[in-house]
Amino acid sequence: MTEPRDTAVAPETPVPVVDDNGHLIVNIGPSHPSTHGVCRVLVELDGEIVVKAEPIIGHLHRGIEKMAENRTYLQVVPLTDRLDYVGSMYANWAYCRAVERLAGIRVPERAEYIRVIVCELQRIASHMMAIGPAGADTGATSAFMYTFWQREMVVDLFEALCGARLTYNYVRPGGVASDLPDGWIERCRAFIAQHPAAMLEIDRFLFGNVIFRARTKGIGVLDAADAVAWGATGPVARGSGMSWDLRRDDPYSVYPRFDFDVPVGSRGDAYDRARVRVYEAVESCRIIGQALDGLAEFKPGDIMAEAMPRLLAPPPGDAYDHIESARGSLGVYLVSDGSVRPYRMKVRSPAFCNLALLPLLAEGHTLSDLVVILGSLDPVFGEVDR
Amino acid sequence: MTFVWGLLWGLGAVMLIAGGAVIGVWWERKVAGRIQLRLGPQQIGPAGSLQMLADVPKLLFKEDIVPDGADKPVFRYAPLAVFAPIAMAAAVIPFWAGWAPFDSTVGVLFFLAVPAIGVIGILLSAWGSHNTLSTIGGLRAAAQMISYEVPRSLSVLSIVVLAGSMRPVEIMDAWRWWWVPLTLVGFVIYFTASIAEMNRGPFDLPEAESELVAGYFADYSGFRWAIFMMGEYGAMIVASLFGAAVFLGGFRWLPGIAGFVVFIALATLVITAVMWIKWTFPRFRQDHLMTFCWTVLTPLALLQLVVAGVVSLWL
Repeated sequence: MTEPRDTAVAPETPVPVVDDNGHLIVNIGPSHPSTHGVCRVLVELDGEIVVKAEPIIGHLHRGIEKMAENRTYLQVVPLTDRLDYVGSMYANWAYCRAVERLAGIRVPERAEYIRVIVCELQRIASHMMAIGPAGADTGATSAFMYTFWQREMVVDLFEALCGARLTYNYVRPGGVASDLPDGWIERCRAFIAQHPAAMLEIDRFLFGNVIFRARTKGIGVLDAADAVAWGATGPVARGSGMSWDLRRDDPYSVYPRFDFDVPVGSRGDAYDRARVRVYEAVESCRIIGQALDGLAEFKPGDIMAEAMPRLLAPPPGDAYDHIESARGSLGVYLVSDGSVRPYRMKVRSPAFCNLALLPLLAEGHTLSDLVVILGSLDPVFGEVDR
Repeated sequence: MTFVWGLLWGLGAVMLIAGGAVIGVWWERKVAGRIQLRLGPQQIGPAGSLQMLADVPKLLFKEDIVPDGADKPVFRYAPLAVFAPIAMAAAVIPFWAGWAPFDSTVGVLFFLAVPAIGVIGILLSAWGSHNTLSTIGGLRAAAQMISYEVPRSLSVLSIVVLAGSMRPVEIMDAWRWWWVPLTLVGFVIYFTASIAEMNRGPFDLPEAESELVAGYFADYSGFRWAIFMMGEYGAMIVASLFGAAVFLGGFRWLPGIAGFVVFIALATLVITAVMWIKWTFPRFRQDHLMTFCWTVLTPLALLQLVVAGVVSLWL
């Protein structure tokens, strides 16, 4: 391994930069239409062929894990919103589960059902941000609009629920912030009723498109062994045929009560990774439907654990908990020294682990494929850089 | 006299393309909006039709940025080398029975050859920008535009063979309605190759927004950028007008002014189809693009030429 070269050149240095092998050095990002955030990929090109692609992260580093050490347990929840800003509910939930484990809090079942509903909605919203841009990366900008319309409906539901459209701060240690507002269940049912048909349409007109297939099939192939070795999780691993889903394989919350399938791909290419997300969104609709049915059994308003103290001070110790986020296994590790602030917080970010695969997958493909591969890994840089 | 006429026509061609681009941008935004669950421009003028009147001054008054490392004269004048050939090509389009602004005996050759100069402008702008992404875009454009010249020229040749002339005015005189079904494949090839020639989706690899940001004109701003934009719309308008004339019969369907209206309507239909394709298809990859050109379009164009040649024996 050579040292990562920095091509942030002084103005008088001539660009294009060519290295000793006659390869062109190109910076994709940090400000680029298809880096899905602020990622910089340093690419070494031989003609159009990628010899080496090196993601350079840290442009969005805010030190969230360090900031958490100076806030009370409840004050950390809004920080976790800023981790994966496409799927804030997940980070909320993963953090809250770690806190609950640390402090031994029992969450009311109604709250667990609501958490499942909002997080499955969040999975749909987040996958819409992966499928649409997968099309846009290949130039099919219209697919983006169709998936965004679906995401918009979910975000509207969240807005009705907690007033925010992006950083929800909704899942709190001990339960959720508020009960479902009037008429929300009906709106949610209306959404899940139309969503599978919309996904079928996307499946037909994007995944059935001959150019899209040619652009994504066989591109960035990740075999299941590599997926395990590199710690890939979520749709990236499932696209490679690795049937691994924490909701089923390490059941948490009330997931064992629901009947759902885990879609897996077979070839492990960009096409399978994107398509797995389409079917996961449909499966999420099934879970939401069952959870909405189950919700009727519980007393409205019973959404917060009893006798929650104003200032949570868990006993000294540590706790780790993980959930299946839209990007994979999202874990939060907390250490408590018995005070009202976490002694240490560490986030195991699936986006970070999945992004690490980029050099492996992109090598030997063309520059056009690089953006497709990056898009198929679906990194969110709030979570990668933290 | 010829000089004055040429000057006047030059002005006319620029007006045609500039006006066409203004309407074309509005129309494209409307078409794209309908395809993408949106409405397109709404606020300025009826149905947003005056949107471009607001956009043009914006482009004119924007700062004209020349990058530090750029080769300045090349960077400044490259847009003209893209735009001028397209305006020149507009001169041979047969607008009216027996009349084209530049009535040349080798008009078809002129139409096919002159816009190909544009590739030099693209290469110059790409190289002059001194930017890696621009350079890649420029090289892609060169490979793509030169390759797609071949099927495009071959498909137009089948019309030339049928008409027995390279003079657009004579082609229009000789045109018969049954040429449309006979050269349908040729028209589709001409249409596809023309989209590749004008660097529009799904063949917009040289500017590939998701890969190269904007490719060869990534560093351009303000009016120089607008010239590239006009060049793109100009190429679309000119190619559609020429295709609507020689392949689809243009004004020959109806006599007099009604024929002219039919001609413009046909061209508008072709332009709309170009936009429709851009907004529904993903982008090709460079190697797929080349394979498509040399293994699908070129053999089909040759086949079309043979068919046209055989038919012309009995003409």
